[in-house]
Amino acid sequence: MSFLHWILFLPPQASTASKWIDQLHYAIITTTMVASTAVALAAVYLFVRYRRRSPDQLSVRVESPPWFEATIITVPLTLFLAWFYVGYVGFVRVRRPPPGAMDVYVMAKQWMWKFSYPEGPNSIGVLRVPARKPVRLLMTSRDVIHSFFVPAFRIKEDLLPGRYTESWFQSDLPGRYELLCAEYCGLQHSLMRGEVEVLEPSEFDRWLASQERGIAERQDMGGPIGPPASDQANLVAEGLRIAGQAGCLECHTVDGSPHIGPTWLGLYHRTELLETGQSVFVDEAYMTKSMMDPMADVVAGFNPVMPTFQGKLTAPETAAIVEYIKSLRSREYQSKPAEGPLYAPIFRTK
Amino acid sequence: MRPSSEPNSPVYHQPNYLGHETSVRSWLLTHDHKRIAIMFLGGVLTAFFAGGVFALVLRIKLLVPGKFFISALAYNRLFTLHGVTMVFLFLVPAVPSVFGNFFLPIMIGAQDVAFPRLNLLSFYLYVTGAAIALFGMIWNGADTGWTFYTPYSTTTPTDIVPVLLGVFLVGFSSIVTGVNFIVTVHTLRAPGMTWMRLPLFVWGSYATAVVQVVATPVLGMTVLLVAVEHAFDFGIFDPARGGDPVLFEHLFWFYSHPAVYIMILPAMGVISEVVACFSRKNPFGYEAIAFSSLGIGFVGFLTWGHHLFVSGQSTFDAGVFGVLSMLVAVFSAIKVFNWVGIMYKGSVSFKTPLAYVFGFLFLFVFGGMTGVALATVLLDVPWHDTYFVVAHFHFIMVGASLMGFLAALHYWFPKMFGRMYPERFGIAAFFLVFLGFLVTFIPQFLLGNAGMPRRYYEYPAHFQPLHVVSTVGSWLLGLGFLLILAYLVWSLRWGEIAGPNPWGSEGFEWRTPSPVGPENYDETPVFTHRPHAYDLVEAAEYRRRELGDERD
Repeated sequence: MSFLHWILFLPPQASTASKWIDQLHYAIITTTMVASTAVALAAVYLFVRYRRRSPDQLSVRVESPPWFEATIITVPLTLFLAWFYVGYVGFVRVRRPPPGAMDVYVMAKQWMWKFSYPEGPNSIGVLRVPARKPVRLLMTSRDVIHSFFVPAFRIKEDLLPGRYTESWFQSDLPGRYELLCAEYCGLQHSLMRGEVEVLEPSEFDRWLASQERGIAERQDMGGPIGPPASDQANLVAEGLRIAGQAGCLECHTVDGSPHIGPTWLGLYHRTELLETGQSVFVDEAYMTKSMMDPMADVVAGFNPVMPTFQGKLTAPETAAIVEYIKSLRSREYQSKPAEGPLYAPIFRTK
Repeated sequence: MRPSSEPNSPVYHQPNYLGHETSVRSWLLTHDHKRIAIMFLGGVLTAFFAGGVFALVLRIKLLVPGKFFISALAYNRLFTLHGVTMVFLFLVPAVPSVFGNFFLPIMIGAQDVAFPRLNLLSFYLYVTGAAIALFGMIWNGADTGWTFYTPYSTTTPTDIVPVLLGVFLVGFSSIVTGVNFIVTVHTLRAPGMTWMRLPLFVWGSYATAVVQVVATPVLGMTVLLVAVEHAFDFGIFDPARGGDPVLFEHLFWFYSHPAVYIMILPAMGVISEVVACFSRKNPFGYEAIAFSSLGIGFVGFLTWGHHLFVSGQSTFDAGVFGVLSMLVAVFSAIKVFNWVGIMYKGSVSFKTPLAYVFGFLFLFVFGGMTGVALATVLLDVPWHDTYFVVAHFHFIMVGASLMGFLAALHYWFPKMFGRMYPERFGIAAFFLVFLGFLVTFIPQFLLGNAGMPRRYYEYPAHFQPLHVVSTVGSWLLGLGFLLILAYLVWSLRWGEIAGPNPWGSEGFEWRTPSPVGPENYDETPVFTHRPHAYDLVEAAEYRRRELGDERD
């Protein structure tokens, strides 16, 4: 295996997924090389065996027997479906973040990466994560399509403007790994590189603590949101402030009472019934989509009156509102209004 | 006047479609499918050599990780030029518009295609589109890549509208050719040419034509929408203007994935003809080869989503497109095993066209199976948009389609121009091209494994050694193509006179003199069996009687 790893020029296996992705890689590439060489050798053998011995030599008629056709259909079909089965099961695994994963917001723009942590700090170009802990990435782009690619983790996911996409990884191997943009995004596409730094958990906690409010410069690439507020270091508080400024709270309550729009209390991870009769699981992607394209999936019982916030909210602002909504959690939102004054967030407890 | 006394003389046949009229006007306004094919040949070869030069320049830049030779903008424009030229101006029209145009009517015993004027229109649409696209790209070049992904393409400062209009026109050329072929095959088959006697090249071209007619309008529509958004700020694909960028990806690949089959199906038809001719064997598994062409054409419409596995498409959709992609591979496998089977108990002669078939078999199986590997969904995650994908589709597009094109060019050169190419040079050039190809593209698979993304002007230094090997390979490849061009041009004038059937082929097109007469056949032929029936006495007698071929 290590020989195959070396001869295939694979990067180090720095994530938990990379090991089993590489297993499939070895199996498939070996089969491919054997099969294509076998076909070429079969052709060469038949040429040598049945080469023309005199210029006017003709041939006898040979029709392909049904068993031959049946074999060349069933064998590749079985092989390829087996590949697909193994590959798809693995794909579902790399798509589904394990529960308890730590969230990091990733925002890309021409030509840089920005990472924001729910606890407040953000950083540019370098994603710091703790080792041995699953990390979920909630990603969006400010301008064109980019793609988050860490070869050593074998993960890649596009970042789309106006939408959230999701990816996750867990690295057990502290170190620094190349982060590349894999979707062509213009002049400096090839320089849109960054780094993922996997730290020992204790080191990571120290780093996070050192990034208290005010230390990490606010680096909104979308221009000023307004004068810096005192509590801006916390994404949840930031989300509350922006939701107030942008007018969200004129229609959405945070105490569970119905208003023009659905209440935000307990919205996250709720299953909502839509006008169309379908239901939707409320996650980061749905919330973002609802801000950018509100008419797409209107919750049953509400009028389709929400304006789009496409172009009005920047990606970090959207992320902040999403994080704020996520903080508003309650099991009994339907029967009992939340305690405390309107607009007061209920901070999530771990 | 036709010298009917000796139609089968081994001398250069007169009058033929090349020489019976010589004015410039007789070429430019011709309705003869053969002359239109020759003009297309000139067009696609020009595009191929231009695209090749762009590729060589790109490869020279990639010798060095940092800034070198050309600027980042020039690099981005050049890979766009390379992609657009090779895909839309060479690969899509290469086999159908040249060899399909020339041989499809002859193979079914027709005098011309169903709509000769539309055929000429198709050529002029191609030339106009190509001129606009190339002019636009060189003047204020597009830097979007041939995939034109939005919203980058609709916000780029470079001018992409001419390119898109050019692609639109070339697309129409492709549609017109497709309509022409479908109608020709349905209505102009000579007596006795039943569907189950159609040459396999005709089956391949027919399946291609259906795909061209159904898929290409979607491309036309999509590129126009991009042009409209770029030029007039309509919000269609750009979310900042209320559009949806993933919609573009769906629309684009709804054409561009079937387009892969537009590029490969006719080449597969060529392989079927060449392998039967040089094995002097009936096409083993004829029905399987014929119907798998239609199968590929059909299933090819249902696989486009495998380009979007990491684009935010749902996990369920990824599974559906993954399974459907496997079916294409199964149809392809059917063809491959039957081609190999044709040689069984044959009389195999290793000439240049067959050499390209051998190259095709290896490269197509390797390229095809790496495609299946990409469609297993999981492996697409690390490989997507890396050099692995680049190497995979070059194996299919260059390794398979271009090998098919070169096989066709060598196989039919005597029929088209009445002269032979020099066999030794042909074999030498094959080995040069094959070796050059492997040296160029195998390192690119490894680069992809190592994590090198596509379309990178500057790259991390640890990728350099593989890039250097790949660049050296591209020089071998370029040298091989120059050699082919040189000896073919030489053969036009000084090549040995071919005679009507230098290969002793039982393909129906070889029943005409070389070069073909202006009206193909003196009288309407009657077909009584499938092509390549080397075992039939009547076939042998036909050749003796009609062509004076005393070989058997």
